[in-house]
Amino acid sequence: MGRGPAGWGGSDLAEKLRVAIVGSGPAGLSAAAHAASLGLSHVLIEKTDHLSDTIFKYQKGKHVMATPGNLVLRSDLDFDAGKREAILDTWDRQIGEGKVNALYNAEVVKITGTKGNFTIETKKGDVIHAENVVLAIGTQGNPNRLRCPGNELPHIQYQLDDPAEYNDEHIVIIGTGDAGIENARGLADDPKQRNVVSILNRGSEFPTAKDANVKALLADHEAGKLTIRTETETRLVEPGWITLTTRDGEIRIQCDRIIARIGSAPPRKFVEECGIAFTSPDRNAFPKLSPMFESSTPGIFVIGALAGYPLIKHCMNQGYDVIEFISGNTALKPADEPILVEKFKGLPGKRSTEEWLEFLRADVRILNGMNPLQMREFMLGSDTRAFKRGEVIFERNAPGSSLFGIAQGSVAVEVDPNDPSVTVPIEQGSIFGEVGLISGRRRGATVRAAEDTIVVEISRLGALKLQSQVPSAKDAIDRISIERQLLQLFGSGLTSQDVGELVAAAEVIGVPAGQTVIEEGAEDKDIYIIRRGSMIVEKNLGGHPVFLSYLPAGSYFGEMAVIDGSRRTATVRAAIKSEVVRFPGAAFTAMLGRKQDVRQRALDDMAARREINDFIESRKASFGGAVDMYSQTAQFLLDNGLGEATDVLLIDEKLCVGCDNCEKACADSHDGLSRLDREAGRTYAHLHVPTSCRHCEHPHCMADCPPNAIRRGPDGEVFIDDSCIGCGNCQRNCPYGVIRMDAKPPKKPGLLPWLLFGSGPGPGEASYAWRKQAAEGTEAPKVAIKCDMCSGIEGGPACVRACPTGAAIRVSPERFLSVARLEEVE
Amino acid sequence: MMASLVSRDDEDTGFFAAERRRSAEHGSFLAHRRFYWAKVSGGLALFALLTYLLVDVEPRHNGGSWYGYTLGTIGLGLIVWLAWLGIRKRRPTPGSWSLKGWTSAHVWLGLSLVVIGTLHTGFQLGWNVHTLAWALMMLVIVTGVYGVTVYATLPARLSQNRREMTREQMVESLGMIDRQLEAAAQPLSREDTDHVIAALEQDVFSTGVLDRLRGPDRDDATRRALARISTGRAYDHDEDDIAQQKVRALLGRRAGQIDQIRRQMRTKAMLEIWLYFHVPLTIALLAALTAHVVSVFYYW
Repeated sequence: MGRGPAGWGGSDLAEKLRVAIVGSGPAGLSAAAHAASLGLSHVLIEKTDHLSDTIFKYQKGKHVMATPGNLVLRSDLDFDAGKREAILDTWDRQIGEGKVNALYNAEVVKITGTKGNFTIETKKGDVIHAENVVLAIGTQGNPNRLRCPGNELPHIQYQLDDPAEYNDEHIVIIGTGDAGIENARGLADDPKQRNVVSILNRGSEFPTAKDANVKALLADHEAGKLTIRTETETRLVEPGWITLTTRDGEIRIQCDRIIARIGSAPPRKFVEECGIAFTSPDRNAFPKLSPMFESSTPGIFVIGALAGYPLIKHCMNQGYDVIEFISGNTALKPADEPILVEKFKGLPGKRSTEEWLEFLRADVRILNGMNPLQMREFMLGSDTRAFKRGEVIFERNAPGSSLFGIAQGSVAVEVDPNDPSVTVPIEQGSIFGEVGLISGRRRGATVRAAEDTIVVEISRLGALKLQSQVPSAKDAIDRISIERQLLQLFGSGLTSQDVGELVAAAEVIGVPAGQTVIEEGAEDKDIYIIRRGSMIVEKNLGGHPVFLSYLPAGSYFGEMAVIDGSRRTATVRAAIKSEVVRFPGAAFTAMLGRKQDVRQRALDDMAARREINDFIESRKASFGGAVDMYSQTAQFLLDNGLGEATDVLLIDEKLCVGCDNCEKACADSHDGLSRLDREAGRTYAHLHVPTSCRHCEHPHCMADCPPNAIRRGPDGEVFIDDSCIGCGNCQRNCPYGVIRMDAKPPKKPGLLPWLLFGSGPGPGEASYAWRKQAAEGTEAPKVAIKCDMCSGIEGGPACVRACPTGAAIRVSPERFLSVARLEEVE
Repeated sequence: MMASLVSRDDEDTGFFAAERRRSAEHGSFLAHRRFYWAKVSGGLALFALLTYLLVDVEPRHNGGSWYGYTLGTIGLGLIVWLAWLGIRKRRPTPGSWSLKGWTSAHVWLGLSLVVIGTLHTGFQLGWNVHTLAWALMMLVIVTGVYGVTVYATLPARLSQNRREMTREQMVESLGMIDRQLEAAAQPLSREDTDHVIAALEQDVFSTGVLDRLRGPDRDDATRRALARISTGRAYDHDEDDIAQQKVRALLGRRAGQIDQIRRQMRTKAMLEIWLYFHVPLTIALLAALTAHVVSVFYYW
């Protein structure tokens, strides 16, 4: 296959090349193509026998997207959205025409030397000398290894090519992703092979595998073809045997072969051995790079996914750019320059892009620790905006999770909702909006520009990235958010000085779901604020816990024991994974002693809470059943994600006649595809939580979206925009299974033609067969589809409007989990 | 009630619009807006009844008097509007309508037609196209009353029987049992196997109306196979006893699964069957009404 110069293969290449490019993904390919077109001596080193292995391994016919749309492509190779095959063909052809020197079947194992004189060794024994190295090896192709003793034994393998090769063996598969499941089923499929196959699962669920695969695996298990061992981990590997840790202790079973399919990670070890430093010890951290993509080892450049850019277009542009830099064109402006120019266009003051970036970096304190390359990339995900004096920047209760930094001017926060004239100033260089960022909840106060002001608005993702890259920024954001939350808690009347002591003594604590923060009857005297997540308050009545109330982020608790010195009157535990801030009770009491009006407010709040407790306790005596029901229903809803929801669809199955009009209306309001599955999901006491988006406070789906297509809209809805590339990450990340991957079907005939002449599939989502047939020749790519709460549609969610019996309702947790429900139950 | 950062002011923001929508009363279509449409409908019927008694029409009440025309026009308008529900529910257009509100109005105003329509006839019934329209209207209402009754009583049963399974899951579960049954029955004797095969071949999803309404607990191939393999042999120490036990357990599960599916199909059928009368009768009613109105004006 090797199309490289003759004579390679286990030999030493005497000629020193200008650049060696490791990895032939989009980044490496583009770099090689540009090196060839500039006439630079080069070699493209590829581990496999074909180009671009990651895209090569995409399933047949997959539609590959070309986002971001506003970024121009700067490469000698062509790339446009299209089918996998077409893209690979184009690249193969252009690489051939461009006289690129490619070396196939060459896995680089070692890079040594310094700038101007690197030596690259491959597994086969090729040695290549080059002045510069471009690492474009991506983050795939580096399987995670087993970590238990015995992990170096030869009968452990990390891939399986042909399951039919193995007979009469005891085989253990580790990992229950799609790869592991497919391997296990393949090995156990034919009884004639007489393999004894076990598959190990660390947990008891299969969150990373496709539903169909899981079902098939469970069926095989039931049919006795193979064994699934859940809650099991490997403890020790020996020739012929494996020792496992299970819930019931250790067991040792026969094992002739181990196939580990436990994911892959960036090849950090290899990269570090090349002398390249990373930004942090974090598993997902990226290498430290200069604006020219040069790593901490001069002469080694890192581009593409390994540099933190997962999108094909970015990668290809970087391939081009890095070759320009190496060939001496250091003045080259990145391809994203026009995007940045556009971002700064509307601002007052004439500055160049560099000057703007430096202005923001120097004047907004949390950005001080960034380098120019980071700043550039950071600005691509952020925005700058100018506000006139008095203009509203955001309003109370508006959804929003972005963070604002004040580059110039200052803002005023209206802390008292009843009196806009009571404001707290925030000065130049500081930040605001951090509560929305941390808690994922709506804005707590209206913020106006106090003078002509320039702010930088940092998207949630940008802010998260910033905090992980620049530790000082994280500390600053944490400290400011704690102080502001304290100040807002009791409305006006407190200043930074008043709470200084408390803030200094505060401690942020992560609380896993279900863990108790305060135990009823205990004598500790601290007070807490919920920073993110939510808590539930329970009281032990007659021997079992009774649900008292639900506390969303931003609430405080634990004040009763502090104020009146009593024991804890109720238990508070985390409804979901949360973070609380703990303040020592003594400091809080001291603060209350100094501020009598705040003390009064706290006492009022406390009295109100007492009233609820007393109310439920009194009901417990007379209507025990209703209280239990209320309590259990609340727990059921929390178990089904209501604790992190902002707006969730519930179905009262005492009213639901199963007409599926909700699904039909959903499909007909959104391109003909339904975003909810009414029947699926859990039910308790006739209250059904269908498979439909909960619009989480911290959406899991947003965690890993390459084009950053998932955002929160103006009504608080979490939606996916047109830049979706159909990668399916969000679908895998959603714990509630509410995201589907499907192609937008063609338009169907209207309602009247259907009613009168029966043309088209009728109301609701058309059958798969109809969609497939109607789309013949014009198939749209599969993209992620989820509920957008009918944003922009007058009247609101179609599922609720279209329910004929009133069974479908949408609720927010703090409303639905309130004591008012108890009266309803009764 | 608690120190959340949300307070109950600034009413005009989108947030409060959403909150209002979400806290929209959660209740049945019958009780929609505290029985608003029941009250409107009752008031309408009462008003018609009172005027009927108070207004003196010579020689006697009939559809052709000014009073009769008034009632007839109201009735016609109502019928056409009530029939429009069929379009409304299939068209999720934007706007702040609620199908629950429409259903509520449909049910209650539909009931008021019993009074309005009947008073419109002036109790002059006979074998003609006019009485046909009245009779069809009454039939539509009767089927509708059945519909309201099942809507109010059956959904809880549907939910209970489902036990969190979707339709696909029930069918899949049956398929899984069948696959296991097929494998487990291999060691059985010829006659026993024949019974298992007969059970596997039986059509569970017979779609006939009567079949659907008959529901579970039938003497079918699965139960016959179960009877054959269990009866008298449960404690035999056969060679293939273990295989038999397995098949028996699987047949039991199969029978249970079929029952669940059939129960679901029956409840769904009861919730839907009336529509197969209600809707065609409505269309017939609209046709009869047209004939009625045309003939009245033709022979004016």
